[in-house]
Amino acid sequence: MGRILMKGNEAIGEAAIRAGCLNYFAYPITPQSEVAEYLSRRMPEVGGVFLQGESEVAVGYMIFGAAGCGARVFTTSSSPGISLMSEALSYISGAECPAVFVNIMRGGPGLGGILPSQADYFQATKGGGHGDYRLLVMAPAGVQEAVEMVMKAFPLAEKYRNPVMILGDGLIGQMMEPVEFPDELKSEPSNNDDWATSGMETRKSSRRNLVKSLFLDSEQLEAHNRVLKAKYDRMRREEVRYEPYNLEADYKALIVSYGTMSRVCRTAVDILKVEGFEVGMVRPQTLFPFPEKAIEEAVRRESCKVAVSIEMSMGQMVEDVERSVRGRCPVEWFGKSGGDVPTPEEVIDAVKSFVKELI
Amino acid sequence: MQKEVMFAGFGGQGILLIGDILAHAGMEAGFEVAWIPSYGPEMRGGTAYCLVVISDRAIGSPVIRNPLHLIAMNRPSLEKFAPLVKPNGVVVINSSLISINAGRDDVDELLIPANDIAQEAGSVKAANIVALAAFVARSKIVDFDLLRECVKKHFAGREKLIPINMEALEQGRKAALGTGK
Amino acid sequence: MAKTFKKPEALSDQTTHYCPGCTHGIAHRLIAEVIDELGIRGRTVGIAPVGCAVLAYNYFTFDFQEAAHGRAPAMATGIKRVRPDLVVFTYQGDGDLASIGMGEIIHAANRGEKFTSIFVNNTVYGMTGGQMAPTTLPDQRTTTSPAGRKVEEVGMPIKVAELISALQTPAFVARQAVLKPKYIVRAKKAIKKAFQYQLDGRCFSLVELISTCPTNWGLTSWEAVKWAEEKMIPYFPLGEYKTPE
Repeated sequence: MGRILMKGNEAIGEAAIRAGCLNYFAYPITPQSEVAEYLSRRMPEVGGVFLQGESEVAVGYMIFGAAGCGARVFTTSSSPGISLMSEALSYISGAECPAVFVNIMRGGPGLGGILPSQADYFQATKGGGHGDYRLLVMAPAGVQEAVEMVMKAFPLAEKYRNPVMILGDGLIGQMMEPVEFPDELKSEPSNNDDWATSGMETRKSSRRNLVKSLFLDSEQLEAHNRVLKAKYDRMRREEVRYEPYNLEADYKALIVSYGTMSRVCRTAVDILKVEGFEVGMVRPQTLFPFPEKAIEEAVRRESCKVAVSIEMSMGQMVEDVERSVRGRCPVEWFGKSGGDVPTPEEVIDAVKSFVKELI
Repeated sequence: MQKEVMFAGFGGQGILLIGDILAHAGMEAGFEVAWIPSYGPEMRGGTAYCLVVISDRAIGSPVIRNPLHLIAMNRPSLEKFAPLVKPNGVVVINSSLISINAGRDDVDELLIPANDIAQEAGSVKAANIVALAAFVARSKIVDFDLLRECVKKHFAGREKLIPINMEALEQGRKAALGTGK
Repeated sequence: MAKTFKKPEALSDQTTHYCPGCTHGIAHRLIAEVIDELGIRGRTVGIAPVGCAVLAYNYFTFDFQEAAHGRAPAMATGIKRVRPDLVVFTYQGDGDLASIGMGEIIHAANRGEKFTSIFVNNTVYGMTGGQMAPTTLPDQRTTTSPAGRKVEEVGMPIKVAELISALQTPAFVARQAVLKPKYIVRAKKAIKKAFQYQLDGRCFSLVELISTCPTNWGLTSWEAVKWAEEKMIPYFPLGEYKTPE
């Protein structure tokens, strides 16, 4: 099949179907309502389930219920909606169920705005809901990558029995780019007979399964949280993904940027290169686990004077960049979070000013 | 080589649609493309605009302050975007609705009475297609025959609209070749 | 010798944590008997609430999920939509269903989700220590209404069976009691009907059960039964409120 031109939101919906997920529950919210609109047409065509829930709170638990009984299931929302789903994310993580959540971020806090933003970085990578849990967070920088990440998210969620979040932004959702749906990313749901409440008859077992996050006994809860921690540590070892850009040059500064913002930064790097001003970039494709080692290694370059976290927020990822750099060089932040995506020119001015301050 | 085209006008003038058609044509021609709409409050009744990027390599920043070309379907759009167009770009002005010029002497300005031409072709609704045709004919950003195919494909399933739009395309093309400064 | 009384297969051997005189045990047993009689244990999924019945999954022998406070109907919706062949029920108290989970139950019922809700009404939040619930009776003292429920400040108790019955979507809605044998027999019939409607793919079904909480009411077991009979039943009349015909 050739390339087709698709809006990010619609491509995300189609990608889930192509990945083998035929169950979708959601609540409309700008700028991702096209996913629900698309799947309300498409799911009946493929014999799948589409349901518009009464709220994001309820949708979170529809996902929990469906995932708990062993079905592949996903939802999409945008920032304020993800806040409401964060309760369920905590429960789903605690109960170790696989599910995929897509956040097409808009500006915040509160109602904020509906234009692109990356201000849910903390929410996605550090919690949002209560308790010691982590989401595996992937951040696409374009429609094709969004498709591939959605398709990979389902087997990853099943591998870890943990929610996976795709963290995009309004621009990724709204823009159209040519896409292909790689057949090789279609996957069969993994066997879940040992934990899912699929009905004892269905799995031909006399042992019942229990999906829960309640452990009233302190030793049991301790042991449970150790199990969860071991999973998150395994993610740190096995799932880090990032894209290096211009790291072969003798760069004066290292940019760390993800998603839509990283594309702007790539253009900035290209323009600066023509000027003879070398800048390298690490683009995290997973935000949790974060490419700490790649960043640490990149700033060891003799020529590198500063690391700059460039994000559409008032400085969230910069804290992880600082953690990764481990004091090897100064770390700066540049960003905007009102909804206007910074331009390459603004990025160039910021990077130059940080380098200049150091010389 | 990367080219950016800004389409702008009132909501309801089919701005997003002609951007969509051009993006399709660019993709069919083998280029990398991105179609970036304005969304949000402004799409509800006010101005509408979208940006189409066509490039022979992976598209970096989808956010472009200075497009190479502009198709302005109403006056506020022209006033807003004309100063931003890069030198030597094509600026299509829907002169049926816009009584002013771009005010630039470094762009290729094209006055096209798109609404009048569309009316004559059978429906004022095809004014967007007239403007698109004029733009493609002038800028040669994609092959005109390819554009024709993409318009046909877009209206597949609504066959009775095809003759009007084909006529709009043809008249737009002719207008572009016969005018300009 | 023939065995004339035995524990239903759907009920586990575990001793419950419920207080003496609490009627949760009766409700559990009725559900287990119905599941046995319908032969559906192998394809039933229960959903436990937050509240006294939070550990209900320990007392049954089939698949169970544990919900967050009030969200059981949304979870049941999720399961039933993706696995219509499973038999799904929620077990919820009055704080869970009628307060924090009111949105979820109303919308699940109104969509006509094909699962069953067993709603245990004992007028108080039991687990957290006897606080006021949406079903607390006028002037009833609780730990958060020490001078009695003031209806001019917090409104009248919510009649859940009547409220759900007001929805236009076909449903089976009944209110019975688990207080004395005569009530318990009728309660079991209602629960069985509710599951049967689900098995037939007919409609959403809800059975409200008038129950006791001797501990938080500060009464003996028998006083609690009498209090429920004399105070609750007149305000929460028993009967079938809606059938799907």
